[in-house]
Amino acid sequence: MSAVLRAVLSDDLPRSRWLAAALIVIVVALALAPFLFPGAKSLNVAVKICVFIVLAASYDLLLGYTGIVSFAHTMFFGIGGYGVAIALARLSPDWGTVALGTLAGVAIAVVLAALIGLFSLRVRTIFFAMITLAVASAFAILASQLSGITGGEDGLNYRVPEALRPAFRLFDADVLGVTINGRIVAYYLVFVVSLALVLAMMRVVNSPFGRVLMAIRENAFRAEAIGYRTVVYRTIASCIAAAAAAMAGVLLALWLRHTGPDTTLSFDLMVDILLMVVIGGMGTIYGAVLGATVLILAQNYLQDAMAAASQATAGVPLLANLLHPDRWLLWLGLLFILCVYFFPTGIVGRLRSLGARTSAG
Amino acid sequence: MTDASITDNPPPVQARRDIAPLLLVPALVIVSLPLVGSPASWLTLTVAGLAMGLMIFVMASGLTLTFGLMDVLNFGHGAFIAVGAFVAASVMLAMGPWMASDSLWLNLAAVAPAVLAAMALSGALGWGFERVIVKPVYGQHLKQILVTMGGLIVAEQLLKVVWGPDQITLTRPPALRGAFIIGDVAIEKYRVLAVAVGLVVFVAMQLVLSRTRIGLLVRAGVENSEMVEALGYRIRRVFVGVFVVGSALAGLGGALWALYQETVTAAIGAQVMVLIFIVIIIGGLGSVGGCFVGALLVGLVANYVGFLAPKVALGSNILLMALILLWRPQGLYPVAKR
Amino acid sequence: MAEPLLSLRGVETHIGRYHILHGVAFDVPEGGLTMLLGRNGAGKTTTLRTIMGLWRASAGEVRFDGRDITRLQTADIARLGIAYVPESMAIFADLTVQENLVLAARGGPPRSERLDRIFARFPALKRFWTLPAGLLSGGQKQMLAVARAIIEPRRLLLIDEPTKGLAPAIIANMIEAFRELKDSESTLLVVEQNFAFARRLGDTVAVMDDGRTVHSDTMQTFAADTALQQHLLGLGMDTHQ
Repeated sequence: MSAVLRAVLSDDLPRSRWLAAALIVIVVALALAPFLFPGAKSLNVAVKICVFIVLAASYDLLLGYTGIVSFAHTMFFGIGGYGVAIALARLSPDWGTVALGTLAGVAIAVVLAALIGLFSLRVRTIFFAMITLAVASAFAILASQLSGITGGEDGLNYRVPEALRPAFRLFDADVLGVTINGRIVAYYLVFVVSLALVLAMMRVVNSPFGRVLMAIRENAFRAEAIGYRTVVYRTIASCIAAAAAAMAGVLLALWLRHTGPDTTLSFDLMVDILLMVVIGGMGTIYGAVLGATVLILAQNYLQDAMAAASQATAGVPLLANLLHPDRWLLWLGLLFILCVYFFPTGIVGRLRSLGARTSAG
Repeated sequence: MTDASITDNPPPVQARRDIAPLLLVPALVIVSLPLVGSPASWLTLTVAGLAMGLMIFVMASGLTLTFGLMDVLNFGHGAFIAVGAFVAASVMLAMGPWMASDSLWLNLAAVAPAVLAAMALSGALGWGFERVIVKPVYGQHLKQILVTMGGLIVAEQLLKVVWGPDQITLTRPPALRGAFIIGDVAIEKYRVLAVAVGLVVFVAMQLVLSRTRIGLLVRAGVENSEMVEALGYRIRRVFVGVFVVGSALAGLGGALWALYQETVTAAIGAQVMVLIFIVIIIGGLGSVGGCFVGALLVGLVANYVGFLAPKVALGSNILLMALILLWRPQGLYPVAKR
Repeated sequence: MAEPLLSLRGVETHIGRYHILHGVAFDVPEGGLTMLLGRNGAGKTTTLRTIMGLWRASAGEVRFDGRDITRLQTADIARLGIAYVPESMAIFADLTVQENLVLAARGGPPRSERLDRIFARFPALKRFWTLPAGLLSGGQKQMLAVARAIIEPRRLLLIDEPTKGLAPAIIANMIEAFRELKDSESTLLVVEQNFAFARRLGDTVAVMDDGRTVHSDTMQTFAADTALQQHLLGLGMDTHQ
C-alpha cells in the first residue's frame, strides 16, 4: 500500500502529519463534493478549487521550482479556455470538437511559451517578468478587440457534449440521494483530470529534469558552468506550465459553458494565482493545493464575514471601508507581503515545522 | 617619459556617441507620413504621439534609474502614478472655481499646487515604500518582484479605501482645453503643454546627470555601485534620493495623465505600467537616454497604429519591442556593467 | 617596531556558502610597500575586499591606524584614507577621464599641482581628458584606476594585480609611480603575481595559501631564500623574469 502511494506521489511525501491530514481532507472532500455539499454554489466552488489547484501548481513549477516570475499564466489559461470555447461555438458540440479545441489550445500555448522563453529568458529573469506582463496585457486587449472570434468583452456561450449537460442522466436511480446528471459527470471529469494533472506535475518536479530546474534556481551560473543550458531548461519548464494552465482553462470552459475575458484573462486572476502559490508555499506542489483551496474558500466565504464586519462598523468611516468585502484583496495583499518576508515556505512550511516540533517533543 | 609610444595609442575610432537609436524617432516620423496620407492628420498624430511618449518618459525615468543604480525593479511603481493622479484630481476638484475660471492665471494657480501636491505625496510614499517594501529584499530579484507586486496590490486597494471604488472625473481648465488651429491642422493645447513639461524634465535630468556631482555619482553608480562605495560615497543615500525623485516624477506623470484622460481610476497605475515596462525594456534597463527614445517610439507607434489599424494598437507596441530586442537584445542603450 | 598601519588577525570570510578565508593574519608597516603573494585562488583578492569592507569578515579583526574597522561600511573605510584599485580596474566607462577623477576627489575639485604630477607620470590621461574612459586601452585604464586612487593623498593604497596584462614599458612606469608614492605619502599593499615586479618594489612580504597566511617576512630575506619561494609559491623568483 505505502509503495503504491509512494509511486503515485512520485516519492514526494507530505513529510508532516498535519500536512498529510490537510491534504487527505481536501482530496476526500473534493472527491465526494457532490454528495457532501449538494447545491449549485458549493459544486461551483469545488470546481474552482480543482481548476485553480492545477493552475497554481503549474505556476509553482515556474515560481517555486524554476525561480522565474511570469505574469502570463492567465494568458495560457485563457488560450486553453478559448480553444475549446471557439471550437464548441463553431462546430458540433461533441467530444471530437472538445479534443480538437483542447489540442489547438495546448499547442498554441506551448508554442507561445517557447517563443517568449527563448526571447527573454536568455537575457535576465527580470526581463521575463516584464515581458510576460506586457505580452499578457496585449493578449487580453487583443482578445476583447477581436470580437468576431472571441465574442469580445461578453465572451462566448456554447453547448458542451451531451453527457455534460444538466438534462443528461447517467443512472436512472439516484445514488445516495443525489441525481447523477450531466453536471455531476462534468464535475467528475474536472476532478479526475485535475488529479491526473497534479500527479503528473509531481512526477515532473521529482524527476531528474525537476532537479536540474532546482539546481538552476539555486545557482544559474553554476548550473550553466556544469553544462546545463539554463535557457533551454527554463523554457521547457515554462512550456510544461503553459500546457498545464491551458488544460485548466479547458476544464473551466467545459464546466462554465461560457468563456470570457473576466473568467480567464483578467489580471485579477493572475494576482489570485500569485497569492495562492506564495501563501500556500512556494516550491512544493502541496503548497499550490493548500493555497488554492484556502484562497477560493476565502474568496467565496470570507467575503460574507467581511460584509458582516463592515456593517457592524458602519459608523466608523475609514474602518468600514477597510472591512468592505470588496477590499478583501487588501488583507490578502498584506498577508502576501508578510509571507514573502517571514514565511517564504508558506502554509506548507509552517505545517511541516509544526510537525517537526511535535514529533521531536 | 618612460615610453610615449605605448601610452599614446589613439583611442578606438568607433562612434563616440551611438546615434543609430536616436535616428529611429525621426525615421519613424518620416516613414509614417505617406502611410497616414493627410499631412494635417499626420501632424496631429505626431504631436499626440510625442505628448504621450513624454508623459510616459516622465513616469518611467525614475524606474529605469533605480534599476540601473541598485538592480531594483519596482513593480509597484504604478502605485506612485496612481497616487499622483488621485491627489492632483482631489486638489483640482477642491479648487473648482479657479479651475473653471476663464483666467489663465487662476487656472494655473489651481493646477500648479495640484501637481506639486501630487509630486510631494508620491515622493513621500516612495520614501516609505523604499524603507518598508524594497530595502529588506535587496539583491533578491524573485522576492523583489513578488513583494513590490504585493505593494502594488495593497496600494491599489488603499486608494479605493480612501477615494472610493468609483472613477473620478475631472475637467481640464479652460486654458488647457481646445486646440491651436494652424491652417487645417488642429493641435490640442494640452498636448503641447505635456510635450513642454516632458522636455523640461528630460533636459533638467540630463543637466543634473552631466553637470553635477550627484549626477556623476548616479551615473557612476549605475555602472558599478561597489566602486562608488570604495571611493567613499554612501551609495544607499544616493539610491534613496533617486527613488524618491523617481516616485515624485511618477506622481507628476500621474497628474499629467489624469488631466489628459480626464478620469482617474485606481487601476491607472497598473494600466500605464505595461507601457512603462515596454519603454524601459526597449531603452535598455538603467539608461535614461534609452528610456527617452523608447518612450517617444512607443508614443508615436501607438498613435500612428491607432489611426491606421485601431484594433492592433497595443499589439503594435509588443511588436515594436520584439523588433528592437531582435536588433539589440539588451535594448537600445545597454548599460555597461562591471 | 612601531605599530603597523594595517593589521589583520584571524580574519575569516565566507562568500555565500563558501568559506574562503580561514584565518588571515599579517601586518602592513607604515610607509612601506607590502607584497601579498600566493598562488591563484589563495584568497588574496578576497583579503583586499575584506579589508575594504566589500566582503564582511565573519570572524577576526582588521585594524587600521589602531582602530578596529572590521564592521565599518565600505564608504567609511574609504573615508579613513584607504583607496582601492581592484583587479578589474572598475573605471567608470561611461564617464570621461575627467569625470572619473573629479568623482574620486571627494574634497572638491582636484588640485592642479597634483593633477600635473599625475599627468607627468601618465600623460595619456591628459591627452584623453574629455574622452569616455571606456575608450581607453587596457594600460590607460590601469593608469586611470591608479590615478583615481591617488588624486588626493591617501594613507593606504590597496592595489590588486596592477601589472596584469600590461606591456613592460607600462609596468616600468607603474614601478616608478609606486616607488614615488611610498617615498612621499602612502603605504601600499599590493597583490602581485609578477615576482620580478614584486621583488623590485616590496619591503615586506606576506604569503597566502588556501585562505591562510603561511609566511610573513621582509622582502630581503624572502628574496634570498629560493627554497622557501619554491615551497610557498611553487617556483623561484628567478624562473619568472
